[in-house]
Amino acid sequence: MKKTVLFWLILGLFGFVCLPWHMTDGGILDARWVTDGTASTGLFASIAGQWWLTPVGLTLLGALIIQLSVIDPVRRARLTLGTSVFGLVLLAVQGLVIVRAGPRILETLLTSETILAGQPGMGAGAAVCALALLFSSTISISQSGKGQGDAFVVNTIGLIVALVAIFVFFPVIHILVRAFEVDGGYALTEFFPRFFSSDIWGLGCLIRDRSCGVAINSLFLAVMTGAGTTLLGLSFALIFTRTDFRAKTVLRILTVLPIITPPFVIGLALILLFGRAGTVTEFFADLLGWEATRWLYGFWGIYFAQLLSFTPIAFLVLIGVVQGVSPSMEEASQTLDADRWQTFRFVSLPLMRPGLANAFLLGFIESLADFGNPLVLGSGYNVLSTDIYFAIVGAVADPAKAAILAIALLTLTLSAFMAQRIWLGKKSYATITGKADSGQNASLNPVLKWVCYGTALPWAALTVVVYSMIIFGSFVKLWGYNHSFTLDHYIRAFGIDFTTGRWTGVAWDSYFTTLTISSVAAPLTAVVGLSTAYLLVRQKFVGKDAFEFSTMLSFAIPGTVIGVSYIMAFNFPPIELTGTSIILIIVFVFRNMPVGVRGGIAAMSQLDKSLDEASITLGANSFTTVRRVILPLMGPAILAALTYSFVRAITSVSAVIFLVSAKHNMATSFIVGRVENGEFGLAIAYSAVLIITMLAAILILQLLVGTRRLRRSDRVQQA
Amino acid sequence: MTQTTGSVRFEGVVKKYGAVTALKKLDLSIDPGKLVTLLGPSGCGKTTTLRLIAGLEMATEGSIHIGGEDVTHLTATYRKVSMVFQSYALFPHMTVRENVAYGLTVKSIPKAEAAQEADDGLELVGLAGFGDRLPSELSGGQQQRVAVARAIVLEPEVLLLDEPLSNLDAKLRRHVREEIRQIQQRLGLTAVYVTHDQEEAMAVSDNIIVMNNAEIAQIGTPGDLYEAPNSAFIADFIGDANLVPCEVEATTNKVATAMLNGQKLNVPSNGTHKGAAQMVLRPHALKLTAPGTSGLVGQISYAAYLGKEMQYTVDTPVGSLFIIAPVQANPFAQGDSVSVGIIEEQARLVSG
Repeated sequence: MKKTVLFWLILGLFGFVCLPWHMTDGGILDARWVTDGTASTGLFASIAGQWWLTPVGLTLLGALIIQLSVIDPVRRARLTLGTSVFGLVLLAVQGLVIVRAGPRILETLLTSETILAGQPGMGAGAAVCALALLFSSTISISQSGKGQGDAFVVNTIGLIVALVAIFVFFPVIHILVRAFEVDGGYALTEFFPRFFSSDIWGLGCLIRDRSCGVAINSLFLAVMTGAGTTLLGLSFALIFTRTDFRAKTVLRILTVLPIITPPFVIGLALILLFGRAGTVTEFFADLLGWEATRWLYGFWGIYFAQLLSFTPIAFLVLIGVVQGVSPSMEEASQTLDADRWQTFRFVSLPLMRPGLANAFLLGFIESLADFGNPLVLGSGYNVLSTDIYFAIVGAVADPAKAAILAIALLTLTLSAFMAQRIWLGKKSYATITGKADSGQNASLNPVLKWVCYGTALPWAALTVVVYSMIIFGSFVKLWGYNHSFTLDHYIRAFGIDFTTGRWTGVAWDSYFTTLTISSVAAPLTAVVGLSTAYLLVRQKFVGKDAFEFSTMLSFAIPGTVIGVSYIMAFNFPPIELTGTSIILIIVFVFRNMPVGVRGGIAAMSQLDKSLDEASITLGANSFTTVRRVILPLMGPAILAALTYSFVRAITSVSAVIFLVSAKHNMATSFIVGRVENGEFGLAIAYSAVLIITMLAAILILQLLVGTRRLRRSDRVQQA
Repeated sequence: MTQTTGSVRFEGVVKKYGAVTALKKLDLSIDPGKLVTLLGPSGCGKTTTLRLIAGLEMATEGSIHIGGEDVTHLTATYRKVSMVFQSYALFPHMTVRENVAYGLTVKSIPKAEAAQEADDGLELVGLAGFGDRLPSELSGGQQQRVAVARAIVLEPEVLLLDEPLSNLDAKLRRHVREEIRQIQQRLGLTAVYVTHDQEEAMAVSDNIIVMNNAEIAQIGTPGDLYEAPNSAFIADFIGDANLVPCEVEATTNKVATAMLNGQKLNVPSNGTHKGAAQMVLRPHALKLTAPGTSGLVGQISYAAYLGKEMQYTVDTPVGSLFIIAPVQANPFAQGDSVSVGIIEEQARLVSG
């Protein structure tokens, strides 16, 4: 154990002395800083006048001396802990204080020239030093108490807490600070009138012929979408479990498709169908002489698109709930002479209530956070997520307004998130017991059955039409005007000039960037998510509830808010990441982490705890236990986490659109750009390719895990 | 102490989960080479005690010594104990050999050597040749033995067994417990065994520690506990017993005079004092005779013929008594009036 601390401290000192403290122009692997003559490593920079770096190096050295000279282990650990934490604080403070631009803490107090001169963002040297100080602190914690701590566990906790603090809380705090910003300073008094202005919360549309505030618009849409998706999802779940409907597999596929569809694609297909030049619109215009209107570009369009996009989520939640209603309860009700409607109304439905609430809140949050559909369809109906975007990229960039709108959006989603936790935390309607249940679920009452068919099947038909449009639309010259077959869109996007061997398609760059970044982000997400799940399920530590809450929090932060907060927080030193591919990877990891955590928790709860304990009593430490016992038994959960984070990284647009740069453009933001230019054919062709890419990726991942299982069962047969 | 390897000592150990006390101040000493059972009703703290020895739980107060070394703050990884779990906890993705070799390989013993030792371990438990199977392909009893082999190949100072037989059927249970006892004696291991089944405890143990309400109720050999219970709880928990209130009038070193329903009895004193007490009457310590002779007057309320013996329930002025009698030519029948005689030297007194 002592050796591990020594290793980290020496590595930290190495970083301080030999690695460039600040960011270099060429990225991590560029070695030009060695020869270009500037004093760049922590040590040389300190000597050359950046005196504020010296204490960081000194704490590393101090901790090293303590490690080598103090003999009593507990005293040694405590002293090291104190020194390392002090070093971390110094490192953070110097980074936050000595910056040239952007929000600076203690701004009014510190105005000396050194501080105003600023310094570039932290680089490899700073990162190594910070990591060394962090691990030397956490290992010391594990040794300084009563020796209960397991270094691996404490290290993991420390690392995840640090990462969540830097990449979730730090940016969100930046938004809060920005919201108080006025010309040349900060004012508390300015915030409230601006936050509660009628632009945001106005109810004008109820009384007069004016438009409502943007937050009210969002709220109304979210409630409608939550209710709509819950009802549709319930219809589907009931058809799926309580009827003898034949084409259940088709329904199942239809409900999974939207998950691998980039969010705005549905909106796009709706434009092609119902827009001014849409097929359906023109058909009716010709037939009945209706005038083509722009009704789609407003509330109804967005609502329509969101219903199509988010019903699958409600379905996936509700099918578990509907299946969870124990058949014996329904049979009991029927033997008590209740008819099928009464059984459904008084037994099954009340038992599903928490599931319905959960589905509603999920739809609610998804609708608030939805960015793609309002962006494509919402020109007549302002919602928060897109208004935030336009406040940043619009003609009059107004970061303070964006921050205020972001806070309004965050307030709504966090309230829903809290409501969900409180609601689901209290009620327990568990009907699945350890006992094996036999018996059959009651089939639906005929009226109810036809109500379900009547709502769900048209929706399913529409989904089929929408997806056919995506395929069809990518092969025609100009939608609505010239429907002759063409491969032009694909060639423009993905053309390869075979004579010169050049990738001439305009989409290749963003396509490869997307694939690379998603494939880097997916395993990282799985690692962070599953290790968090391991800590939550298997370890006891102080502050576990707060830890769980903070890791789930990023789920409730809409992508637009994350995007805005990231450009606000990471555009300036001390952590300057905008324009790099790293920031895209980080944003995916922390956006998708909660799903990995949830999946991991579910999978790990099914592994008997005595397996870990057996491994530990046999002399393995937690790390070995995780590697040799838990991980091998978690195959499906790992696959799910990988697939999900990969797919989400490809389809995500809301956070990404703020963070892409010319050098690192992502597929979704590229497509949105084409849509804004009116190049629908190209946009749709690209979307179709993305969907197929994701399908292929899912299949490959499943095959990889599948073959491993096959090999194991082969061995079983030989034995 | 001449030999400390394998000894276990608790000094004032307390375990609390928040406000709940799982273990009150516990002092305990286990000698090397002995098999000691922790016995008690569920929730009495026996499993907590076992997990404290294993290092899976940490003591809130007090200190724990294994082999004379203070291990209070060592986690399970670093203690020289291994454990057999109630659910066996065999790793389902590893073969039997890999399971048994697991503890050795994490100590970075070369693979071939570890596999050899694992095979030796499997042979010891009578499973030679099963190394290549997966745990799911073994019967419950075989899985149990793999779990034992996995624990003993590490040559632990102390072997811990947490209700190791509870997932086996009754017949297999007797067989496996004999095997465990034999292996323990052959290797001279110190073993701590948790069970709630008093018959199992009596059958395997050198010493039994009976626990109740988060503390030790009595420690002793199986014979001590049966012959000289120190409380009504022990008397009732170890074997069948009728507990009848009585009044101790005088005691000497060996004999106490007790009044039971107006009848003066001279029974072994068992360290009791004057005053109210309870008399422990084992089913065999009571004799049924035709009415009229001296003894308690009673009426048979239930009679059962079990082949080798008769079981009776008799209503008497001191309550209903459970009696086992040898099968006679003319057994008593339900409703018969009888006289219940107490065999004085087999009766025991516990404080009231």
